[in-house]
Amino acid sequence: MHQVTEIRGIYTLWLREIKRYLRDRARIISSFVQPLLWLLIFGSGIRFSGTTIGNLTYQQYIFPGIIGQTLLFTSMFMGISVIWDREFGFLKEILVAPISRFSVFLGKMLGDSTDAVIQGIIVFALGVLLGIPLNPLTFLEALPVMILMTFGLVGIGLTVASFIESLESFGVIQSFINLPLFFLSGALFPIRGDVANWLQIASSFNPLTYGVDALRTIILGNAWQPLHPMYFNLLVVCCFDVVMMAIGTYAFSRRK
Amino acid sequence: MKQLENAIETNELTRHFNGLVAVDRLSISVERGEVFGLLGPNGAGKTTTISMLCTILKPTSGRASVNGFDIVKQDTQVRKSIGIVFQDPSIDDRLTGRENLYMHANLYGVPPGEQKSRIDGVLKLVELEDRANDLLRTYSGGMRRRLEIARGLIHYPKVLFLDEPTIGLDPQTREHIWSYIEELRKAHDITMVLTTHYMEEADRLSDRIAIMDYGKIVASGTPSALKETLEGDVITVKTKDPDRLSSMLAGTAGILRANVVNDTLEVTVRGGRALLPRIVETATKSGVFVESLSLREPNLEDVFLHYTGRAIRPEGGDELHGLAAIRRRCIK
Repeated sequence: MHQVTEIRGIYTLWLREIKRYLRDRARIISSFVQPLLWLLIFGSGIRFSGTTIGNLTYQQYIFPGIIGQTLLFTSMFMGISVIWDREFGFLKEILVAPISRFSVFLGKMLGDSTDAVIQGIIVFALGVLLGIPLNPLTFLEALPVMILMTFGLVGIGLTVASFIESLESFGVIQSFINLPLFFLSGALFPIRGDVANWLQIASSFNPLTYGVDALRTIILGNAWQPLHPMYFNLLVVCCFDVVMMAIGTYAFSRRK
Repeated sequence: MKQLENAIETNELTRHFNGLVAVDRLSISVERGEVFGLLGPNGAGKTTTISMLCTILKPTSGRASVNGFDIVKQDTQVRKSIGIVFQDPSIDDRLTGRENLYMHANLYGVPPGEQKSRIDGVLKLVELEDRANDLLRTYSGGMRRRLEIARGLIHYPKVLFLDEPTIGLDPQTREHIWSYIEELRKAHDITMVLTTHYMEEADRLSDRIAIMDYGKIVASGTPSALKETLEGDVITVKTKDPDRLSSMLAGTAGILRANVVNDTLEVTVRGGRALLPRIVETATKSGVFVESLSLREPNLEDVFLHYTGRAIRPEGGDELHGLAAIRRRCIK
């Protein structure tokens, strides 16, 4: 009986995030724009300057990275919903409800993750339009990896937001987290071989590195020489999810 | 067994904010089924008290129980027992009224089979049936408030907290909400705790009132008992020099007290009308011009003034809010 209440609570919080997301047309439309700029302008620019990576065009190379970037940026952005809820008082309604803080965190995380994964799928569709060789099977293989990556990334966003008081400071902190994780993930350039040692070390501490490598292995197939075996990438991403869930639940349980 | 206990019991309940005392060793008990009013100026510690009872804030020291459950050790049971209408809005304005209510029903474990009928019931109570499927952002302030009251009732709480339920609403909407609250207590047998800084609200709705100031209870009782403690009537004298007149009147037979409030003189008298000419006479003799005089029975405003030595609204009507008020208290 008790578990049923918790599950219904998680479901209702998940549903709320989805409804809010689907009603926000501006957000859905703007979600196309950023990845499109990266793939179309940045990607083409670098490509026509003569850069290829292995047998891959630059656009093909960064495509899995841009999916990772979209998941990262969207997930971090979702943290804003926590600050928003606090500002508009809705957080109080959730926090006095008789369900556990773990369920509150889980409901919000699943809802925000669903939104972020939808954004990731949109980028996938853009890839098809831009002529990146993709097939339905690739998509089906990539989707679970995208979902796993998103849980942990949303966890970062929610945790950070629950410690931050204002929207303004969240914006600043967000870019402090987003850009290093993005640049050090290998999304834009391979971090291996001759790349400076300190970059390689920093990159190995970045959970996004493993997610992007896994996506690249799936999407680029034989054209890409993986950094790590698939099982290892997935293991790291899962550990990252578990750690972020624990930290996030703690952050939501603090009572003043 | 449970039914015999009081709905709320606090014992030396205390809360500090960075060394500032917001609630100071508060001991109150609220009986089952009564409407209990916590009356006091903004910053008196009413919301802090409610936040502790609702398990949002942890007490610095002291204990309290709600519906027989300890607010620190049994917080989940406390949450199941209570409904809250917060002072600040706490609804999702991107969802419709009905969606907000369904979400609440799910969060509070209302069985799915009963959700629709309960939601229709509370919507009817607050007369929002026709707007239930509109987004909250299209609601007026009064409608939002009504929806919040409806929401607080869906899970059949034992204790309903109403934190400043009519703050910032126009008189007509206020009247509306008051009648909902009165209807509620007739129809359902629930205990209500109401905080307010509106005297007439506390007077009209509460069975018992506790007057709170600087984190402490300064007086409590039924509204009429509180007013009766102030024997006599109140004469309000408008004049340019209330302080002078106040000292001139001291010692006059039949005058119990004289206080200067917001540039007018409030004289509490025994013997009512007979003293009106005496006051004018005294004023004329000492050269103080009286602009107007009025006589009335004491209200809760006078009770507050009597116990705290000041009006609930300081001059200019602007009140200090939240922490600012607590700071003011510490500087004193």
